[in-house]
Amino acid sequence: MILSGLRPRLMAAFAAVTLLGAVAATGASYATARNTLLDDAQNQVMDPLKRRVEAFVPRLELPPTQEALDEFQSTLQANAVVVYQDKRSRSGFDPSTIVPAELRTAMRTSQTFLFQRTIVQNTPMLVVGIPVLYRPDDKGTLTASGVEVYATAPLTQPERAITGLAQAAWIGVALVLPLALALALFAARGVLRPVRRLGAAARALGAGKLDTRIDPRGSDELAELARTFNSAAEALEASQAASRRFVADVSHELRTPLTAMNAVTAVLDEDAPQLPPDTAVAARLVSTETRKLTKLVQDLIEISRFDEARNVLELDEWDIGQAVRDSLAARGWTSTVDTDLPEGITGRVDRRRLDVIVANLVGNALRHGASPVCVVLRPSYLEVSDNGPGIAPEVLPHVFDRFYKADTARARSEGSGLGLAIAWENARLHGGTIEAANRPEGGAVFTLRLPW
Amino acid sequence: MGRVVMVLLVEDDPAVREGLQLALRRQGHDVHAAGTGEEGVEQLRSRRPDIVVLDIMLPGIDGFETCRRMRALVEVPIIMLTARGDDFDVVAGLEAGADDYVVKPVEPRVLDARIRAVLRRTVSEPSSSERFGDLVIDRAGLEVTKNETKVGLTPTELKLLLELSRTPGRVLSRQQILEAVWEHDYLGDSRLVDACVQRLRAKIEDVPGEPKYVHTVRGFGYRFGPK
Repeated sequence: MILSGLRPRLMAAFAAVTLLGAVAATGASYATARNTLLDDAQNQVMDPLKRRVEAFVPRLELPPTQEALDEFQSTLQANAVVVYQDKRSRSGFDPSTIVPAELRTAMRTSQTFLFQRTIVQNTPMLVVGIPVLYRPDDKGTLTASGVEVYATAPLTQPERAITGLAQAAWIGVALVLPLALALALFAARGVLRPVRRLGAAARALGAGKLDTRIDPRGSDELAELARTFNSAAEALEASQAASRRFVADVSHELRTPLTAMNAVTAVLDEDAPQLPPDTAVAARLVSTETRKLTKLVQDLIEISRFDEARNVLELDEWDIGQAVRDSLAARGWTSTVDTDLPEGITGRVDRRRLDVIVANLVGNALRHGASPVCVVLRPSYLEVSDNGPGIAPEVLPHVFDRFYKADTARARSEGSGLGLAIAWENARLHGGTIEAANRPEGGAVFTLRLPW
Repeated sequence: MGRVVMVLLVEDDPAVREGLQLALRRQGHDVHAAGTGEEGVEQLRSRRPDIVVLDIMLPGIDGFETCRRMRALVEVPIIMLTARGDDFDVVAGLEAGADDYVVKPVEPRVLDARIRAVLRRTVSEPSSSERFGDLVIDRAGLEVTKNETKVGLTPTELKLLLELSRTPGRVLSRQQILEAVWEHDYLGDSRLVDACVQRLRAKIEDVPGEPKYVHTVRGFGYRFGPK
């Protein structure tokens, strides 16, 4: 789970590859350098020794006397000892303490020189064993004479060089690793920044900001992805614009016949009492529905204007309490609504739009809630509450949706179904919000917050 | 209003024309209708209506041009019909000389109220004439003269001048002016005031850009006062 992000995964991969590469490279060169160094050291010890042994061997008679062994040893000019069965030269070291047992065993049958590296008193040493060979009848095969020469040489010098080499290798790896991590971070950022941008853009698109676009820098796969995203967003925006355009066009087309019909509804209402009963019912129905349709088309045109961002704010300093009182009075709601509208709370608002918000919130409360409907103004917000059944939790997130019907089976309400959506758009145009909630004591409450 | 008001309705859509005609007749007006701007200007000349209700979207010469031609003929009040919230139409219509506007779909009651409000602007007051600089305002005769020459003002321009000059030196907010002159409710459109002030200045000021009579009080309203 720790490696679930792209960044840690990339960094881990980079670090692993770097480490592996560095270790392999330095390991290989270390091994080569070490062998070369050791070979050099061995040759330096063995070449003179071999020459001296070869020089003395013709004078050696078998079985050698103690004196011959001593003399042999003295010609070697090295830290060496000459051994023959259980005899050994008097000068020189005790082979049983220094020469490893396996080397001595191997020497018994060996026809060539042997060597082994060992540690004696914490000092790296090279131990060399040379068997002296002879031909028993001058032309027969070479046979071990039983005389063995052992020599030792310290390996401190090359060992120090090798340690230095190993250290340098480790330092190299240690230096390269952070560099690799930095490189990984850089690469991860290069990959992640576009990915993050893409993520943010996708979220914005999902939230309805269809004009979201990404700058498709570069020519890599991520840029290609950005371009694909952009064209998808464009297509989405175009299709939304087309459907909105369609709604706007239809609304405008409906407006002219509705103007004609709306003009004569009053005539129908006035004359209805003189008409035959059925015709009167029909006339009143046509008149009522024409007014509703007119309101619906007006609201559709208004919401289309919001969609096309053609609505502008006309801000002025107003006494908010007075503005709300006027809005209520203009609709004859002064006596139907309880108010707490203190004076002296002023703010820069578009009064016409504030009026639309108040009218829609209070109108909605009067239609769907039960009285008393209460309008309360406080310095930072305006609250419209009712004592109705409240809003069902599953409906709450959708109350500001267009044409959202809480109950699909419910009959058409008196409103256009756009009132709260228009109120919300007007609040948003101010840079404010409307929140819908249920009061703990029952009933719904809408809270308008404008930056006044 | 004791007498029958003659309304000239210029509207190209036959259904809207017929509907509004019927509704306005019901309100007690004598309505004549025209289907085009040209026909409207012709009828204005021949019938001399008390008020014109003018649609902006017209075939041939549009509502703005029709408005200008009508203004050039007589100082008749003009109410225009605009599409809802088409601000460009409102501004352009007011600049062309309209006195007021009503948004479609029109509520006949609202249109009637506006018509009556416009016509109330030509009610004389029992008062003597006053002189402000070169300007003489005769409240009884509803006449304004400048340097002994009659200034041709529309009823709205005249009412605006009468209201402003009633309290020289005092600042009136756009809202107050809207309520006094246009009889609009509390949500009137203050652009009506601004447009009408522009037209009034063009007629009474020596240099409209440097007003002597109607001064702007930035962000609030207007003040009347000859220097």
